[in-house]
Amino acid sequence: MSTTLVMGAVAYAPKVVTIWEGFKAWFREQGLEFDFVLYSNYERQVEAQFDGTLDLAWNSPLAWVRAERIARARGLQVSAVAMRDTDQDLSSVLVVRQDGAAEVAALKGRRVGFGAIDSPQATLIPLDHLRQAGLVAGRDYTAQRFDVLGGKHGDHIGGERDAAVALMAGEIDAAWMIDGNYMAFANEGVLPSGATRILTRTGLYDHCNFTVSPGAPAELIGRFTELLLGMSWDDPAVRSLLELEGLRAWRPGRTSGYAALARAVDDEAFYDAEGKILAADYRY
Amino acid sequence: MPKGRSLLPTIDIESVGFDAGAHLLVKLALGRVAVGEVLRVRSQGEGWEGPLAAWCRSQGHAVDFDAAAGHIEARVTRGAVQAGRWRAAAVTGAIDPRADNAVLPQAEARWGLAARGATVEAGSPAFAFRLSRKDEVWADSAATLYAEAAAAQWNADTAIDWNTAFALPDEVEDAVVQVMTYMVENENAALVVPARFLGQLHPHFREVQALLAIQVADEARHIDVFTRRIALKGRQPGLSTAGGQTSLKTLVDEPDFSVAQFLLAVLGEGTFVSLLNFLNQHAPDPVTRQIARLAARDEARHVAFGMAHLGQSIAREPALLSRLGNAVEARYEHLAGTSGLNEEVFDALILLAAGGTRPADIAAGYGRVQGLLQDMARGREARLAKLGFKGEAAHRLASLHTRNFM
Repeated sequence: MSTTLVMGAVAYAPKVVTIWEGFKAWFREQGLEFDFVLYSNYERQVEAQFDGTLDLAWNSPLAWVRAERIARARGLQVSAVAMRDTDQDLSSVLVVRQDGAAEVAALKGRRVGFGAIDSPQATLIPLDHLRQAGLVAGRDYTAQRFDVLGGKHGDHIGGERDAAVALMAGEIDAAWMIDGNYMAFANEGVLPSGATRILTRTGLYDHCNFTVSPGAPAELIGRFTELLLGMSWDDPAVRSLLELEGLRAWRPGRTSGYAALARAVDDEAFYDAEGKILAADYRY
Repeated sequence: MPKGRSLLPTIDIESVGFDAGAHLLVKLALGRVAVGEVLRVRSQGEGWEGPLAAWCRSQGHAVDFDAAAGHIEARVTRGAVQAGRWRAAAVTGAIDPRADNAVLPQAEARWGLAARGATVEAGSPAFAFRLSRKDEVWADSAATLYAEAAAAQWNADTAIDWNTAFALPDEVEDAVVQVMTYMVENENAALVVPARFLGQLHPHFREVQALLAIQVADEARHIDVFTRRIALKGRQPGLSTAGGQTSLKTLVDEPDFSVAQFLLAVLGEGTFVSLLNFLNQHAPDPVTRQIARLAARDEARHVAFGMAHLGQSIAREPALLSRLGNAVEARYEHLAGTSGLNEEVFDALILLAAGGTRPADIAAGYGRVQGLLQDMARGREARLAKLGFKGEAAHRLASLHTRNFM
């Protein structure tokens, strides 16, 4: 059995190399042999969790949904061992111009901007939110997608920003974004102060997690989790790593925050029950 | 309203959105509650819950919402993240250099570029500032000298009457150009030496940093006006000798801040003040005289800092005196094989002070240059004596100074 724990991560931006090289060095200092493999997309990363390449993967919520389906179909099990504090209880908001729709029902016949086709926060969960409110894309309103970097599951926020720009240009009537990006886009000047309002907000959902592959060495996974959960923001040696990865503390993994996404995956026919990719125009 | 509820600190952000700075209202109000305590947030706006929740998440504060009273209220529990960031932060002295423990004996690499007295987060990157000990670089008078220097800056365009009409005999104009060529070369050394130390000096010693920076600016201005004087009558620069540059190279190559201050400021620039005063008195044209007068004022400040720094250093470490004496001897031996002040510069000084080529002019000019050399030697000896070199040693070291003047 290998004594090195091998993790997969998706290179959605150059800083990903800095982040995981930093973690690798830190884990080694703590006596855990750790290495990582970078993927250009989550689909190939999830598949590598079932061919023995990866012991675990830093997965998007959509990648978790797929890994969980593939495992179930094969009679195997995956588990989520840890996630960031900032991965819990997120929401997405639908932004309109100040003079835009006054209620969700008024979006009927309008153009609504979404993020990348595979973005949980800017496409799949928002589609589900509107569907639950009785509005179905293509039937009740026009969904306009702002697709950036397929296969990255919306980690690259460029699509959300493009939608916000289009909203302010009057090209669409509403734009979805993750809650934190509303302030971020205001700070960037993309959303001029006071020019927009938030029409509706999704329910709370969870984001990324460390997904353990079937058959991964339990002892190494246990040591990995223990070290992660022990990382303290007060320790200057690890604070820079935590800041880069956008968290204050690691939390034990939980899988209770993916229900809306799983429903959207079925309703929008993104994956089937066995984790096969159904979405026809999905390129990664 | 349930009893006790109204005791919670409350902030009403009115209708200010999170696209318009609402986070700052919440942040300021949270600053007034303790870690672990709750702040109640109210708003008259729409859809503010998502961005507030996102901001709290990014800052490490817990938040929940309560819609009980017919309107939505948020309850934000202040997290420990901000406090955690400043645990084990460094205290870096204080702003007023006259206060106790304001300028510390050793500036730490991890204080980096922070303002002196700032609180510096643990884990800040280490900067390699070689000059990080107070005793290597400090002089109490640095702040005063900087203030004087800043107040005495002059504009080369307006302070010098470049358009004053004059015409010199060709030989005398050529002599002025040769002297100016030599001055530019020397001022390049006087610019490069403090500039090199400036990049190695820990910013904790900001008064010394400022003084070195303004010295560099002074020298840049001198180089500019000397160059403009060369070009004033359409000439190109004159000659530069190997011996002259070898002498200056020993200054540029000197790694020790105190020794460099001694060789450059106390001996070199001190000698240069004599030369500039000489030019102010004897130069054949009004433009050169003006330039020399203005530059001499600046150089005198540079000498004053060198004297102040070394005076303090020697008082603390008397052995420095013999180290400085050795540096002069070593430089003398190193330069023994060179020709010293080049003949062109020496003759140019005579011609310049002569103002003409008649035998009587030349003889007068020669006498003035002799007087200059004596004045330079006396000045060096006086400064050496002031630093603590005893009579005979001061006299001998003054005579060993480079024949290139700087």
